[in-house]
Amino acid sequence: MSLTPEQVKKIGHLARLNLSENDMALYTPQLSRILDFIAQMNQIDTSQVEPLAHPLDISQRLRTDEVTEPNLRDKYQSIAPQVEAGLYLVPKVIEEA
Amino acid sequence: MHHKTIAELSQDLHAKKISSVELTQHFLERIKRFDEKLNSFITITEDAALQAAKAADQKLAQGQGGPLAGIPIAHKDIFCTDGIKTTCGSRMLDNFIAPYDATVVTAMKKAGTVMVGKTNMDEFAMGSSNETSYYGTVKNPWNVDYVPGGSSGGSAAAVAAALVPGATGTDTGGSIRQPAGLCNISGLKPTYGRVSRYGMIAFASSLDQGGPLAKTAEDVAMLLNAMAGFDPKDSTSVDQPVPDYTATLNDSIKGIRIGLPKEYFSEGLNNDVAKVIETAVKEYEKLGAVIQEISLPNTALSVPVYYVIAPAECSSNLARYDGVRYGYRCKDPVDLEDLYKRSRSEGFGSEVKRRIMIGTYVLSAGYYDAYYLKAQKVRRLIRDDFTEAFKKVDVILSPTTPTPAFKIGEKTSDPISMYLSDLYTIAAPLAGLPGISIPAGFVNKLPVGMQLIGNLFGEAKLLNIAHRYQTVTDWHKHMPEAF
Amino acid sequence: MEWETVIGLEIHAQLSTKSKIFSGASTQFGAEPNTQACGIDLGLPGVLPVLNQEAVIMAIKFALGANAEVARKSVFARKNYFYPDLPKGYQISQYELPVVKKGYIDIQLDEGTTKRIHITRAHLEEDAGKSLHEDFHGLSGIDLNRAGTPLLEIVSEPDMRSAKEAVAYLKAIHTLVRYLEICDGNMQEGSFRCDANVSVRPKGESKFGTRTELKNINSFRFVERAINYEVERQINVIESGGKIVQETRLYDPNKNETRSMRSKEEANDYRYFPDPDLLPLVISDEIIEQVKKILPELPQQKLSRFMEQYHLSAYDASILISSKAMANYYESVVKESGDQPKVAANWVISELLGALNKAGLEIEESPISSAQLGKLVSRIADNTISGKIAKTIFEALWNREGEVDDIIEKRGLKQVTDRGAIEKLIDEIIAANPQQVADYRSGKDKLFGYFVGQAMKLSGGKVNPQQLNEILKKKLQA
Repeated sequence: MSLTPEQVKKIGHLARLNLSENDMALYTPQLSRILDFIAQMNQIDTSQVEPLAHPLDISQRLRTDEVTEPNLRDKYQSIAPQVEAGLYLVPKVIEEA
Repeated sequence: MHHKTIAELSQDLHAKKISSVELTQHFLERIKRFDEKLNSFITITEDAALQAAKAADQKLAQGQGGPLAGIPIAHKDIFCTDGIKTTCGSRMLDNFIAPYDATVVTAMKKAGTVMVGKTNMDEFAMGSSNETSYYGTVKNPWNVDYVPGGSSGGSAAAVAAALVPGATGTDTGGSIRQPAGLCNISGLKPTYGRVSRYGMIAFASSLDQGGPLAKTAEDVAMLLNAMAGFDPKDSTSVDQPVPDYTATLNDSIKGIRIGLPKEYFSEGLNNDVAKVIETAVKEYEKLGAVIQEISLPNTALSVPVYYVIAPAECSSNLARYDGVRYGYRCKDPVDLEDLYKRSRSEGFGSEVKRRIMIGTYVLSAGYYDAYYLKAQKVRRLIRDDFTEAFKKVDVILSPTTPTPAFKIGEKTSDPISMYLSDLYTIAAPLAGLPGISIPAGFVNKLPVGMQLIGNLFGEAKLLNIAHRYQTVTDWHKHMPEAF
Repeated sequence: MEWETVIGLEIHAQLSTKSKIFSGASTQFGAEPNTQACGIDLGLPGVLPVLNQEAVIMAIKFALGANAEVARKSVFARKNYFYPDLPKGYQISQYELPVVKKGYIDIQLDEGTTKRIHITRAHLEEDAGKSLHEDFHGLSGIDLNRAGTPLLEIVSEPDMRSAKEAVAYLKAIHTLVRYLEICDGNMQEGSFRCDANVSVRPKGESKFGTRTELKNINSFRFVERAINYEVERQINVIESGGKIVQETRLYDPNKNETRSMRSKEEANDYRYFPDPDLLPLVISDEIIEQVKKILPELPQQKLSRFMEQYHLSAYDASILISSKAMANYYESVVKESGDQPKVAANWVISELLGALNKAGLEIEESPISSAQLGKLVSRIADNTISGKIAKTIFEALWNREGEVDDIIEKRGLKQVTDRGAIEKLIDEIIAANPQQVADYRSGKDKLFGYFVGQAMKLSGGKVNPQQLNEILKKKLQA
C-alpha cells in the first residue's frame, strides 16, 4: 500500500503534526511499509466473525449521580502553559461555534 | 543487601535487622553510583523517599506494617505521581508535574513501599528497546551496548542491576515481559482489568495493563498483591477479589498441563534460545508437569493486528497533548493551528508520530472497515485460539523473545523488524490474558527469558508455576557483574 | 415552480444531572471559570471516564416519553477532532449504537390537525467547554466548566415541511423534556440547543435537495426566522441557476440572515470508533420497568385527559399543558372554582396568560394564585359578580390588593340580582329617557344597547347582565 504525499499530508493535518520535507521523505516509505505489513490480515476470512472490542465480556458499570470532585482549579492551573482570570488562553478562536 | 529479594528484605525489616531508612539510603547510593551507566531513572525522589522510609520504620517499630512496608521501589514514569514530575519518557510532558496519584501509586503507598524515583521508558510506552525516550536510551546491565528491552526498560534495568528491589511497569504488547526477559528478571502482565489504569498514562486503552517487575516470582507475587484490585474510577477494572498470590506459590504442579505453541517454535526463533527453553521445559517435566504441543494458528497475524489496534487507540489517546492545559507548548504560536502542530511536532518523537499517523489512517473515513474493524475481528480469532488451547492445557510456555537482547541502534531504522521482535508477547494482551517472563538461561552472556501465559485471572497459578521453576533452578539469582 | 421545504432538527438537551456524565464534578450553571472542571473533565494524562447512572435513566425516560425503543445494548464512541474547548481532542458520544432508537412525537398544527414527527434516534454524549470571545491581548479564554455535562442529542427525521412545523416540534420536545424533568429547557443559558437541517425541492420530487445546517438559533422565534430566511435563500440560489453548497451556516439574529461558517465537506473526518475506556451499556427490561413506574403523566396523556375531562378544545388544552406548572395551575383553578373547567380555561388562557406575557412573567411567578383565580371564577359562577366586574377584581388581585371576597366587599362590587331592584332601575332609566324609548319602540332596535349602557352606568356595572337584558326587553316592549 503505497501512500501518496497528499495522503501523508492529510494524515499529518488530521493528527495536527507538521511534516517537513525531510519528515515526508522519512515517514512516507515507512508508513507505506507498515501498511503493507498490516495488510497480512487480509489473508484470513472474517466475514462471519464479530469484532472483539474488549477482551472481557463485561458491561459498563454505572456511577451514582453525586458531586464528588472539589474545586482544584489553582492546583490544576499551576501546571498550565498560559492562564488568566481562571481561563486557559489560546490563540484567538476564529470560528463561532 | 541489594542482592536480597523483597521477600528476604521484608523479613529483615520486620525482624528489625535493618531499617527502611538504611535500606532506602543504600539503594539511593547505588542509584547515584551506577545509574549514569544505565540511564534507568528519569527522576530520583530522595527526600520524599527518606520521609516515607522514616514513616515505614515507625510503623514497623510498632509491629505494624504489611509485607511491603519499608521496601524501596520505583515507578515507571507512566504512572502519575502527585507533585512529582511525570514525563512518560517524552518531551511533551517534560514539564508535567502530575496533580494527582495514579491508583497503583496510592495502592503501593498504602502497602508501605518507599518510592525512590521514576524510571525511564520508551516514549509514551511505544517501543521495544527503550531507545525512543526523550531522556536517552537505557542500557542493558548485562552488556551496556545492548538494549534492555522496552517500553519498561528503565524499570527492568534498575531491578536487574539491583538499583531497586522492585518496580512497576506497564505492558501493552510485551513491555513488561520482554524487558524482564532481556534483563534476567521476573515481570508479570496481569489479566486485563486486574490492575487499575487510572492515572496510568494511556497508550492503547484496550491492551494496557500495569504490573510488577522484580527478581523472583515470589517478589512479583508480593507486589501484585498490592497492585491488583478493583477501582471504581476505572470502568474497565474488574470487581473480582484479589487472592493472596503468595499463598499458593509452593503448591505442587504435578500434572499441570503445559502447552508449547508450535508456531512459536519455528523459523525466526534463535536456535540457542530454543535450546535454553528446551532445557527449561525438561525442568518442568521433572517437576511433574505434562508437556504437549498445541497450536495457536493465528499467531502470525497478532503482530499486524496489534499494529492496527494499538496505534488507532493511541492516536486518539494522544490527541489531548495540544499545549493548552498542560505539557509542552511551542514558543509564540501565531494561531491555533500553529499551536497544535508545532507543540505536537516538537513535543513528540518519531516513533510516537509514526504510530499516531498509522492510527489516524486506519480510523479514517473509508479505511475503518478494512483496517480497524478487520483487526478487531482477527483479534477475536486470536483470542479464540487461546480459548481452545486452554481447554487442553493449564498454561502456555514459550520463549519470551525470539532472540536475546539486540545491540543499541540495531533495529531503530527498521520499525517492522522492531515490531516483529514482539511476536511472542503481543498476543496475550490482545486476548486480555496474563503472562509472566522469568529467567531461563543465557546465550552469549545475554539473558534468555521464558514466558508463561495463563488463562483469565490465572495469576495465582502462573506465579505458582513460575515459582516452582525458581526452586529448582538459579538463573534468577544471577546478577550482572558490573553492578 | 412550486417548492417544498424539508426540515430536520437536531436538538441537544443538557440533562439536569447533579454531576457530569463521566466525572463527579458539578454541573451547576454560572460558576467561576474552571472551578467545576476536574481532572477527568480537563483530560489530564491518565484519567478515565465512568458513566453517570442518572444520565442513563434520563435517556430511558425520554425514550418512554417519545414512544421510542430503548436499546438493550448501546456503545460509546469517540468523535475525534481538535478544538480548544474539547480537552481530550475527542468527544465521547454514541455513533452506530445509540441508547434510544426510533420514536415519534405528535405535534398540533394550526389547522387543528395532528402531524407525527419521527425521531431517528437519541444518544448520550458529553458537552464541550466554552470559548470566551473577549480578547485577552489577542488570545481567547477557555472555560471548561461545561465540559463533560451530559447531553441527549435528539435527531428527527426530515419530516417537517415548514418553519411552523419545525417550531411546533421543537416546542413539543421542549415541553416533553421539561415534563420528564430531565432538562430545564433554558435556551438562553444553552441547556436546550437546536440545529436545523434545511433543504428545498420541487414539489412532487421525492429526492432530497442538498441541505445546509443552521446553527446558533437559540429561541423559538429565531428558529422560525432562520428557517424562513434560509428557505428563501436556497430557492433564490437555485432559481438563479446556482447550486446549494452543503455547509454549516450561522444565523445572525440582528441581520436576520444566515452566513456560511465552514464547508461540511472540508469538515473533520471524525474517525469514530468505540471508546475502549468504556464498556457496552446494557439496559435490562427490569430497569426499563422501574423507570416506567416513576414516569410522570406525559404531555400527550395530559392533553387527551384535559380534552376529555374538561371538555376543552385541542387548541386550548395544548396551551394549558404547555408546561407542568401551567397544567397544575389550571387544574387547581378548576378545583377552586367548584368545577368550572371551561370558564377557568378562558380566564387562564385569555386573561392570566395575557397579563403574564405582557409583564414577562412565568406562570410560577404569577401574582395571582390559582386559588384566587379559582375563587374568582366561582364567584362568577354563583352570580355574585358579573363577568365584567370580574375583570376589575382580576386587576385588583394582580396588584395584590387582597382576596377575592374582601375586594368584592370593600369595593361593593356585588352584582345586583334582586329583581325588584333591577326593575326599579330600569323604570328610572325609562322615565329619564322618553325620546329614546319612543325611538326604540318605533323600530330603532339598536338603541337597546344605549339602555344597557345607562343601566351599567347607573348601577356602577353591577347589575346582572342576563337579568338586565330580560327585564329591559320586557319593559321596553310594554
